[in-house]
Order: sequence, then structure tokens, then C-alpha cells
Amino acid sequence: MSKTTNFSPEQTSAHPPLLKRRQTRIILATIAVAVLLVAGVYLLGGQPTRLVNQALISGVLLGGVYALVSLGLTLIFGVLHIVNFAQGAMLTLSMYTVFMLSTQAGLNPYLAAVLTIPIMFAFGWAFQAGIMNRVMGDTSHERPLLVTLGLSLLIINGLLMAFGGRPAAVESPLAGSISLFGTLVDRPRLIACLGALVVGALLTLVLRKTPLGLAIRAVAANDTGAALVGVNVKRIYAMTFGLGAVCVAVAGGLMAPFTSLIPTAGEQFTTLAFVIVVLGGLGSIPGALVGGLIVGLVQTVGSLYLPGGGSLLLVFVLFLLVLFLRPQGLFGAKQ
Amino acid sequence: MVKILIFAIMAVGWNIMSGYGGMFSFGHAAFFGIGAYSVAYLLSAHGLNPWFGMLFGAMLAAIVGTVFAFLCLRYKLEGSYFALATFAFAQMFFLLTENLEFLNRTEGINIPILQDDSWLMMQFHPTSYNYYWIGLFLLVAAVAVSIWFVHSRPGRFTTAIRDDEVAAESLGIAVLRHRLITVALSCAITAIAGGFYTQYYMFVGPNQGFGMQVSVDAIVPAVIGGVGTIWGPLIGAVVVGGLSETIADLVRNPPAGLEFLQGLSGLDVAIYAILLIIIVVFLPKGIYGTIRERLRK
Repeated sequence: MSKTTNFSPEQTSAHPPLLKRRQTRIILATIAVAVLLVAGVYLLGGQPTRLVNQALISGVLLGGVYALVSLGLTLIFGVLHIVNFAQGAMLTLSMYTVFMLSTQAGLNPYLAAVLTIPIMFAFGWAFQAGIMNRVMGDTSHERPLLVTLGLSLLIINGLLMAFGGRPAAVESPLAGSISLFGTLVDRPRLIACLGALVVGALLTLVLRKTPLGLAIRAVAANDTGAALVGVNVKRIYAMTFGLGAVCVAVAGGLMAPFTSLIPTAGEQFTTLAFVIVVLGGLGSIPGALVGGLIVGLVQTVGSLYLPGGGSLLLVFVLFLLVLFLRPQGLFGAKQ
Repeated sequence: MVKILIFAIMAVGWNIMSGYGGMFSFGHAAFFGIGAYSVAYLLSAHGLNPWFGMLFGAMLAAIVGTVFAFLCLRYKLEGSYFALATFAFAQMFFLLTENLEFLNRTEGINIPILQDDSWLMMQFHPTSYNYYWIGLFLLVAAVAVSIWFVHSRPGRFTTAIRDDEVAAESLGIAVLRHRLITVALSCAITAIAGGFYTQYYMFVGPNQGFGMQVSVDAIVPAVIGGVGTIWGPLIGAVVVGGLSETIADLVRNPPAGLEFLQGLSGLDVAIYAILLIIIVVFLPKGIYGTIRERLRK
């Protein structure tokens, strides 16, 4: 591995492309390792099979939710090359929007989630166009990072002022659980997990098949080049941030029914989303999906052996190992 | 007031690594927490004098920070990746303390309370001015160290490396070694702030020591005052600390016409978040950095 000078302008073309087809080997290797580990847990783990079943299913569902949050982060990083520290706070913001729409206006929470999408898009677009575009462009990555940090603090504390710290809840009309392979599956979580796949697929479609997607990919690959052929780069930045916000809007809408709503509810997801996108490769969509699954599984299967926060610790150890050994992530482009 | 001093010491420490060294750390909570927990654990479990505890914490933080920075630099983590790695590092310490029995898990450690004031044990009545004097002394020492460092040979080498690594290396500067010296110094100062925190509040828990908010508290004053300047972090700490105390007063006893502010939590951080965004967008060199630049013209 050579140097990872990701941020020097002359190397932008080497940035992980948003979508890459030649990833079969990595996918197969990942699956093989995962299957081996799972088999190991089943055969040598010394835990009842039923418990392992339950851990696997919850891990996959949890991973789906994580992937949903990470999609927006990876998109924003892939195109704007900035780390959005406000991702978790934006998630909380959209959950509170769903909460307001469903309790005040009496809407079905899933309908409220759909209405949250344009709201969050406008929010993300305005934030990027109004504030972030002023700090883009120079070589320092610190200013955008600090602005998103400020936004994160502002959203969390604004929500704290508006709603107080007492937990709120959104009632789902589809609450309850179904039985799958002899384990109990919470229905809203299943919906959220399927939602992650749908959003991932839609995002892929938008990026591959639409003119907007073409422009976004062009900016991601080389913003100077894109500007030269007539792409309005700042507009694309704003659109991308808006799309990233849409991802958390969907995530927030789907997660609100099974989340205890406090202003800091999204915080832990910022951290985990970083882990996931670095694991999968900053800027890679399949990477975010696979990374989400891995982290979800590590957390639930790990908690069979390490109670409390111990399994989360495992996740961070994994994160640092990936950063050191393969900083471009599983699906990132080799520098 | 003492809180402002703690903020300031932390910001001075952060500024050495991130301002002068150009290595943006998002995880200074790790070193603050090491300092805070060293004092708390060694005092409560082994009865070690807190002054020595502080010294020990500073050394431990310097060693841990150096090893971590060595790994990061060895594997060429730069820019956002470096910031994320430091962030994860602090989170790991947070989770670790929450799961370690000897650090009392999530409950944190209380310092045994003495009957009388004691300079030897650095413990006084909570309203005592002595805390203020100790904090001031530590801050003056930290600033003196950072002034000395910036004007020393290793300090000049460090800023040269920050400005252009390749050029510095081609002039024969040992890049890795100077970066590690910078990190060690920065971590030690931050750990001292942590140790003093424990002595002042007589308590430290995972959130107070290693919480993400702590890392933010180290960054924000330095950024508002001016990254990479000696006096910037101090000015920033005064602004942030003064602001949060003023607002705390305001929320406690709101003036006529603003009664709705009564007991509102979150207002102080929301305001300094806005301040942070405005400063970063319009005054990227911070308050002090901008003023200095104007005066020079």
C-alpha cells in the first residue's frame, strides 16, 4: 500500500468511485470469512443453537438499520470528501420531525416518514448551499468538519430546548413481531432493514441511470474536470448533501417506531456510521451495506460472549484494525 | 471560573498537536480521561498523592499518545482518517472504562473527602480560591511550555513539517520523531487538565473523562480563539467559558420579558455551536488570529 494522501487535489481521480462492478472477489472473501466465523460460533461456541439463531437474525436486522444511516454518510464523503459529523444529529432531527407529524397532525408514522423526505432534502440542500459551500475548496479538511460539528451541537441542543430531555415514543401501527426460523422478529425492525435495501438500490439507480447521477459521479471522480465540462459543482454539492439528508430522513422515519426518542438518540449512530463506512470503504455504497451487516453481526453475536458494552468495544477494535491495515476499506479503491 | 481554566489548559494542549503539529485530533478526551482516571484511581485505591498522580497521568498519556500516533503515522493515516482514528481511540477508552471493574464501570470514582483543606492532597473547600490559584498556575505553566516549545528547535521543525512535510524531510528533519514529540507534549498537558478536573470536582466517570463532549471542549476554544497561535486558545476559553456561565445565570434567573428561558437546558451549547460555525466560516483564523493579521497589515 502506498501513501493515502486522499486529500491532495492531484489525486482526486484515485478516489473510491461510488460504484464499482469488479468487487466479486472481496464479496466472496467476506462471505467466506463470515460463514466460517458463524459456523465456528455454532459448532464451538458452546451456546444454545436457538440463542445463536436469534443473535444472527437480530444482527442482520440491526445491520440493516446501521447501513441505512451509513448510506448518507458514505455518499457525502464520496462526493464532497468531507466527514459529516452531523449525520447522527440529522437522524435525530428527522425522527423528531416524524414524531411531530405523527402526534400533532395525527398521521401514520410511515406516511410522516415520506413527508419528512422533502423536508430533510431541503434542510441538507440549504445547509450545503448556504454555509458549507463557503468552506469547501481549500485543501484543509478541518473547516467543513468543524462546521458539521457545530451543526451537530446546534441540532442536539436545539431539540433539547424544544422538546426537553424526556424520552418520547412514536407508535407504529405495525408493531408486533413475527416468527422466522423459530426466532422472534420485531416487525418494524424488519421493515427498516428492507427499507435499507430499497434505499440502497434506489440510490444506486439514481447514481447510475440519471443525468444527476452522472454529474454527481463526475464531481466525485474529479471536481475540477467536472467544472470544466460545464457541471455546476456547487449545485451538485448541495444536491448530494440533500440526498445524504434524504437517507437519514428515511432512516429516521423507519427507526422512529423502535427508538426511544431523546435529543442524543442519534449520537451513537454517528460513531457507528463512521465505523461502517470506513469498514466498507469511504464513498462506497455496497461497502456501506456490507459494513452495516458486519457491524450489526459483530455487535449481536459478540454480545453472546461479552455482555454490556463489551461487544461495542469489539466493533471499535475492528475499526482500528481496518484503519491501520486497509484504510481504503473493503470496497474502497486501492490508492 | 475554574472551569474556564480547565478548558483553557485542555485547549492549549490540543493546540500544540493540532494547531502547531497539524495533526487534527478528535479524541483528546482519551488523554484528558487518562489524566483524570490516573489521579482518581491511584488516590482512591492506593492512596497516592494527587500531585504525583497528575504527573503519572501525564506520563501515561504521553506514552499512550505516542504509541497511538506512531501507529497512525506508520500506517500513513492523514486528514479525515487521522481525525476518525483519534475519535475511535477515545471511544474505545470510554467503552473500556465502562466495562472495567477496577475503574468502577459506569459509576465512576469518587475521591475520598478529607476533613480539612490540604495543599499536599490538593483538596480544599469547594468554594476555596486555592483551586483557582492552582488552575492558574497550571495554565501559566502550560502556556509557558507551549511558548518555549514553539520557539525551540523541535517546535520550529514541527511547524515546518506541518507546512510542507516533503520539503521538511528533504532538509533532513526527522519527521516522525518530531511529530511524536509534539503529540507526547500535547497529551501530557491535556492529561494534567484531566487530573486537575478530578481534584476539583472530586469525581470522575466515563462521560466526564472520556465522553465525546470532552474532545469537543478541547477543540472549540482553540478554534474560536485561533488555531496555531499561543493566545488563541486562552481567548477562546474565556469566550466559551464566559458565555456558558453567563447563560447559566440567565437561565437560572431570567430577566423580565425572558421568563420562558427559566430552566431551559441546551441554550449555552446551542449558542456556542452557532458561534463556532460563524467563526469557522467567516474568521477561519479565529478571533486572535484575525486580529493579529489585521494589526500586521
